[in-house]
Amino acid sequence: MTTPLLQVKNLRIEFPTRRGTLVAVDDISFDIAPGEVLGVVGESGAGKSLTGAAVIGLLEPPGRIASGEILLNGRRIDNLPFEEMRKIRGREIGAIFQDPLTSLNPLYTVGRQITETIETHLNVSKAEARERAIKLLMETGIPAAEKRIDHYPHQFSGGMRQRVVISLALAAQPKLIIADEPTTALDVSIQAQIITLLKKLCRDHGTSIMLVTHDMGVIAETADRVAVMYAGRIAEIGPVSEVIHHPQHPYTVGLMGAIPNVGDDVERLTQIDGAMPRLTAIPSGCAFNPRCTRVSDVPGDRCTTERPSLLPAGKTQAACWLHDKNRTSAAGVSKETSHV
Amino acid sequence: MQDTMKRFFDGDVWWSFKRNPLVIAAAITALICVLGAAFAPWLAPHNPFDLKTINLLDAFTPPSWVANGKSQFLLGTDDQGRDVLSTIMHGSRITLLVGICAVMLSMMIGITLGLISGYIGGKLDAFIMRVADIQLSFPAILIALLIDGVARVVVGKEYHDQIAVYVLIFAIAASGWVQYARTVRGSTLVERNKEYVQAARVIGRSPLAIMFSHVLPNVTGPVLVLATLHVGTAILTEATLSFLGVGVPPTQPSLGTLIRIGNDFLFSGEWWITVFPGIALVVLVLSINLLGDWLRDALNPKLR
Amino acid sequence: MSDSKILLEVRDVAREFDVSKPWLSRVIEGQPEQILKAVDGISFTINRGETLSLVGESGCGKSTVARVICGLYKPSRGEVIFDGVDMAKAYGAELQNLRKRFQMIFQDPYASLNPRWRVGKIVAEPILSHNLIADPAALKKRVDELLTQVGLSPLDAEKFPHEFSGGQRQRISIARALSSNPEFLVCDEPTSALDVSVQAQILNLMKDLQREFGLTYLFISHNLAVVSHISTRVGVMYLGRLVEVAETKRIFQRPMHPYTQMLQSAIPDLKMTGKQRTPVAGEVPNPLDPPTGCAFHPRCPHAFERCKVERPILIEHPDGGQVACHAVEEKRISIRLAA
Repeated sequence: MTTPLLQVKNLRIEFPTRRGTLVAVDDISFDIAPGEVLGVVGESGAGKSLTGAAVIGLLEPPGRIASGEILLNGRRIDNLPFEEMRKIRGREIGAIFQDPLTSLNPLYTVGRQITETIETHLNVSKAEARERAIKLLMETGIPAAEKRIDHYPHQFSGGMRQRVVISLALAAQPKLIIADEPTTALDVSIQAQIITLLKKLCRDHGTSIMLVTHDMGVIAETADRVAVMYAGRIAEIGPVSEVIHHPQHPYTVGLMGAIPNVGDDVERLTQIDGAMPRLTAIPSGCAFNPRCTRVSDVPGDRCTTERPSLLPAGKTQAACWLHDKNRTSAAGVSKETSHV
Repeated sequence: MQDTMKRFFDGDVWWSFKRNPLVIAAAITALICVLGAAFAPWLAPHNPFDLKTINLLDAFTPPSWVANGKSQFLLGTDDQGRDVLSTIMHGSRITLLVGICAVMLSMMIGITLGLISGYIGGKLDAFIMRVADIQLSFPAILIALLIDGVARVVVGKEYHDQIAVYVLIFAIAASGWVQYARTVRGSTLVERNKEYVQAARVIGRSPLAIMFSHVLPNVTGPVLVLATLHVGTAILTEATLSFLGVGVPPTQPSLGTLIRIGNDFLFSGEWWITVFPGIALVVLVLSINLLGDWLRDALNPKLR
Repeated sequence: MSDSKILLEVRDVAREFDVSKPWLSRVIEGQPEQILKAVDGISFTINRGETLSLVGESGCGKSTVARVICGLYKPSRGEVIFDGVDMAKAYGAELQNLRKRFQMIFQDPYASLNPRWRVGKIVAEPILSHNLIADPAALKKRVDELLTQVGLSPLDAEKFPHEFSGGQRQRISIARALSSNPEFLVCDEPTSALDVSVQAQILNLMKDLQREFGLTYLFISHNLAVVSHISTRVGVMYLGRLVEVAETKRIFQRPMHPYTQMLQSAIPDLKMTGKQRTPVAGEVPNPLDPPTGCAFHPRCPHAFERCKVERPILIEHPDGGQVACHAVEEKRISIRLAA
């Protein structure tokens, strides 16, 4: 296997509050290989967006990285001074956010914003930067790019704006793009267009993507591997088709069953009772244990006392004691996977 | 009730209060002023309105620490031999009464008009807001003077002194309602489109019921801040009017009246008659304004 | 109460909004009035006990339809007939009686509950407003019962909305909606602000309640997967008009209108079957300046001259449902079976 482009090791993100420190992301590790699309999926409050923000160095205070390391191409980037991180941002890591309107400056033309990024990070002339910008806009499917480059963000529709944001993210030819809910604010038909575009561009440019979203459908269409997050931890990580078709963690199993699917004739959806714990009250042991139906299948009270680390399970890795090899009866979870 | 108390002491407002020594000092000062004023008849060393206890021979006694000062008159006496400290305490009483009542009346008018304007909208809204705009183009003091002048003509001199306080309250209230109306209207426009208001409309609740039971509790935050700051302004307006001689009669002097009386003697060397009421006014208004500013910041999550 | 199968009938309802600038600036800048036709003449019926869903992209007018039906907006044209009674002609006690029989559930569980009210009061408001129960003890019992029905605890009545998660708040909304024993619920994107696992809980709850109380739903959503799960019939809207109405199975397996086909193929494929997408060009046009004829013609691969000038009307299709498309009417579209 090639050396990973991005390595996140034992990342822990904390929010100091006056009622004590909240741990929003608790000891997570993952890698992204060059050219790979890693989906990070989870429900609100799972810590997926914070993980993305930490990688790009845009964690909002008072949130802070309490421990762990983030390495880009083997170089540690989580403790860089602000100025140096700023150079990496844009040049080596690009970003696409949920709301295209807030990621563009309304006072500048889109052309100026893209050429500025190109000029800052790449050593090219003004004319060449403009040429590149037009080419990028054309690549992202904006018609009449030579004309549209001098328009302001508000003159673009929602879907077109997200295309501009993608051009902007790709402007300095970064090796990694953090895409945080890039399609959530868009209509279904536009969503499909953007997903297709994102996939194509990254294949052409060899860019890796960390795709943060709550939408399993988007992940299924785009990602190579997926990390399922729950309460600030990774519950399961593995190849997308494996996680979707043969989920190993009881949470993933429930999640997959909870997603309604066109054409499925089911009367009731699989239901995970309860809700994600609040950060102030994360259960001890496995964070999922109060909602888990398989707790009784693990001998002793391990689920409530000891936090499971990621264990090999099927073709994925799952943080669940059901997959502990040292257990006497190793009945896999996959036996009762959902209908998906 | 206990539950409400508990939530208050757990809440962000109390927490921000505890961390802010300046605000605590302001709160204590304001509390002392209010208590001193409210219990003036019992706390004040003398009764400045009891002619029997006033001795004209004590007139123009300087403060006790100055040469010729007398220990029973801590801050000296005025031209009629009244104890300055006692007149300040009794004067604050009228000042605060006028200020607070004017603010409450102002709030009632402003909130009602603002709610109606924001919730009903249309022509009524346009009418109320144009009236507000017109009123805003006059200085508040001018409106208060006008109302006071009209009252004098209508009721005549002899009755005017009896109702002077009420006229003053009404005059100040009438010049201050616009701010409440505008603030409440703005918040109402936001709240009326929220889904809980629509949910109430679906079950057919009347506009009046929705305005007062649904919208009102959700727009009180900014109004509270405004009201606190307005108490300061209202007190100053009262003082200004009294200073100009159109406020409360000298027989029931407020802080403004005291300052005006003392002003006549400022250049003849009896400075204490006007300076101490002035300081009292400044301290009172400053502490109230500090509280208001803090409340605005504490209730605004964006500034935290 | 009539015995008709139809509970609600919407006849040629339109709703326009005046989105012009203020009169003065309009005169100075010489601009004409701007009228937004949010809903432009739609008709449908809902049978007792069924779930009709309206789907479409943002700006298609589906939420406006819901609000017109609930009386939050007056229709600019057309009638809403609830159980044989024209809602626009009902007044006083008759109107109150009608209102008791339908309720609305909103999208945003954070905005649809008054933040200053306790949950018990929120749930009881419709009961008190309709004078259903006067006795405080009986009222308390009813609120407890409602909270239990939606999977909350009677103790929750004492709490404030901010103490609950999004899913729990939506349960409170449902308890409130059920409190006046309605027959008909209008649900405006009730799960789109929720996480998938919570969405599953709410959808299951809604189905259970429908079975238990024989409820009829009008379900508004942009999520086709959710719609396919919950609906009996589906209506597809585009720019204020209905383009296709049919049984759920038929509309997802054999979409006929080109727009429905496009939507159907845009659904993210969770099963990763590698199905081919129908390439979708363009975006929804500006609703202030809708295209002439069929509103979909600029994006439609099957458009021809007639589509640009003549507005198609919904007509019965021999294979079930109704479609508003000249190409379908003239049998120029091959109806392909969905994967």
